Amino acid sequence: MDAILFLIFAAIAVVCGINMVVQKHPISSALSLVGVMAALAALYLLLGGEFIAAAQLVVYSGAIMVLFVFVIMLLNAGAEKKAVFKPWGKYFGAPLLLIFFGILSYVVQRMLPPSEPVVFGAFRGAGPREIGQSLFTVYLLPFEVTSVLILVAILGAIVLARKEID
Amino acid sequence: MNYFLLSLIKTGIVVGVFMHILAYLQWIERKVIAHVQLRVGPRRVGPHGLLQPLADVIKLITKEDMIPSHVNKVFYYLAPFIAVLFGLISISVIPFGPEVEVFGIRTSMSLADPSIGILFILGISGMGVYGVALAGWASNNKYSLMGGLRSSAQMISYELPMALAIAAPLLILNTLNLREIGERQIGFSWGIIPNWTIFAGGWQVISFILFMIAAFAETNRVPFDLPEAENELVAGFHTEYSSMKFASFFMAEYANMVTVSAVATLLFLGAWHPIFPVEYGSNFIPTLIFVVSGLICFYHAMQPARPFDRITLPVFGVLFIGLGLIFQVPMLQQVAIPLFWFSSKVLAILFVFIWVRATLPRFRYDQLMSFAWTFMFPASLINLFVTGLLVALS
Amino acid sequence: MPPLPVPPEVPIAWYLTLSAILFSLGVLGFILRRNIITVFMSIELMLNAVNLTFITFSYMLKRVDGHIFSFFVMVVAAAEAAVGLAIILTVFKNRQTLEIDEVSSLKN
Repeated sequence: MDAILFLIFAAIAVVCGINMVVQKHPISSALSLVGVMAALAALYLLLGGEFIAAAQLVVYSGAIMVLFVFVIMLLNAGAEKKAVFKPWGKYFGAPLLLIFFGILSYVVQRMLPPSEPVVFGAFRGAGPREIGQSLFTVYLLPFEVTSVLILVAILGAIVLARKEID
Repeated sequence: MNYFLLSLIKTGIVVGVFMHILAYLQWIERKVIAHVQLRVGPRRVGPHGLLQPLADVIKLITKEDMIPSHVNKVFYYLAPFIAVLFGLISISVIPFGPEVEVFGIRTSMSLADPSIGILFILGISGMGVYGVALAGWASNNKYSLMGGLRSSAQMISYELPMALAIAAPLLILNTLNLREIGERQIGFSWGIIPNWTIFAGGWQVISFILFMIAAFAETNRVPFDLPEAENELVAGFHTEYSSMKFASFFMAEYANMVTVSAVATLLFLGAWHPIFPVEYGSNFIPTLIFVVSGLICFYHAMQPARPFDRITLPVFGVLFIGLGLIFQVPMLQQVAIPLFWFSSKVLAILFVFIWVRATLPRFRYDQLMSFAWTFMFPASLINLFVTGLLVALS
Repeated sequence: MPPLPVPPEVPIAWYLTLSAILFSLGVLGFILRRNIITVFMSIELMLNAVNLTFITFSYMLKRVDGHIFSFFVMVVAAAEAAVGLAIILTVFKNRQTLEIDEVSSLKN
């Protein structure tokens, strides 16, 4: 059952990922990326990361991608009229990509120590309680620093995107 | 029993009941608004207009399905689908009662019981923005685009105060699991006051009010329904949608209403626990209500207002009395009584939604957005701070 | 129903391979696309693939730290998306184009 679920969501993620790269209109790419993120949220659930799955839904696909969709709609960016890929990318892109991906997965397979398979429910140590305990004791400094980072980002975005007051 | 078979049965029951509730919620809304405005509402189709939702569905299905020219067909068809999908998904994690054992099968009264239930609902309501934004954009119409962008900006802006207003009772309840949130509000303190979160510490009423205001804005209901009202912006983002696609948007809105009412009941109003203790006889309240309704039906059947009421009103009376007696069957009691209390609290909040719609005027859009960012957001932050202070000091 | 050729268990390498595929797709989109928003979305795809790797290794080592790292990656990606989109809006206001080949006045 775990394998079937993994294959379904992995297939959704890969198909949406390919769709995102190939589509001409940015809105289609954005919605495909939302599909990838939703499939990844399901995969995080299979790996026992329930809080991260919920955070992926709330933060990534519910806020960041909405921001992308808003900007695309506001700028009214039409579909690309000229060729989608740069000229030499069409011929060398896919083979080089396959080589890159092949090297990556071969290295991963070789360097991975022997470990147990992934079973849904085998890792229960990443619920909200454990993440909260770890976040506010061991990782307190990065937590505070990222809150300052978000504040800086908010200020930067507001300054950059406001209308000039004459 | 096999887990899949059990889940299928539960899903069938919940889907069937929920679809009927969505249809009849519109009937309830029209009747309540009508009586507030001193008129009667639908009364021609079926007794007291009870078949009006059926007539509406038939009308909407058989209407001409117009597609404007030059729309992006994929997104035009996808938008109502997404809106309905994310409206209906949230019902799968809402528990209607505690863990029960019926006919030897032990199960929780919800379709799924994730340990992050409340975060899941927040995430799904965040994803509901896509349906509205895509509908506005795909219609190839400037007014629809403006309405869609306004509506989605409003939904995003009010997600933040809603999440902060949810965080305040979670500090007291200490769990994200919706069934445990319901179970921790059991019992009565000082003998008569229920242990509901809204009574905890005397301050959570503010959280409840903030959550209800944010919920009104999240579901695009009055007084925050400018993006979709008919006399503003030519009906906003669903201008170009006709027949079943239009019905999908309204079904999505009612489903969102039911979801936020259920979340408010779970978090604040003590999910399925009775108003006064069982020792003082609260198990007889549902029976009492239904039997009294049945007797009222019989009383009105004696001087019927319409000729066919001589037949339909006694039938309703018998049905109500039968329903009332079901609540006394010991085997079904542990399922029916929590379900009754949960449903009556959800219906009370839905009544408040409809009551507010009949009473209040609507905000202008800039008033709405400045209300979100200059009042609701600081207020919910202060609320969270005070709640944290109260929890730390107790 | 004929038995599907699917093993009953999922080895960890499959998750890492999926992450590699998604990362490669992100690199492809980043290098070869012309629309600046699509390039930016490819960056987000790469970040998501890395998140999947973090969570997978956190499962393998049975620690919660991978989830914390992943959480921080999400937060930083949110901040970066906000500022990046504001920059894109400003570039669009000044150049009226969204193709990165045409924003090249500092070249040569």
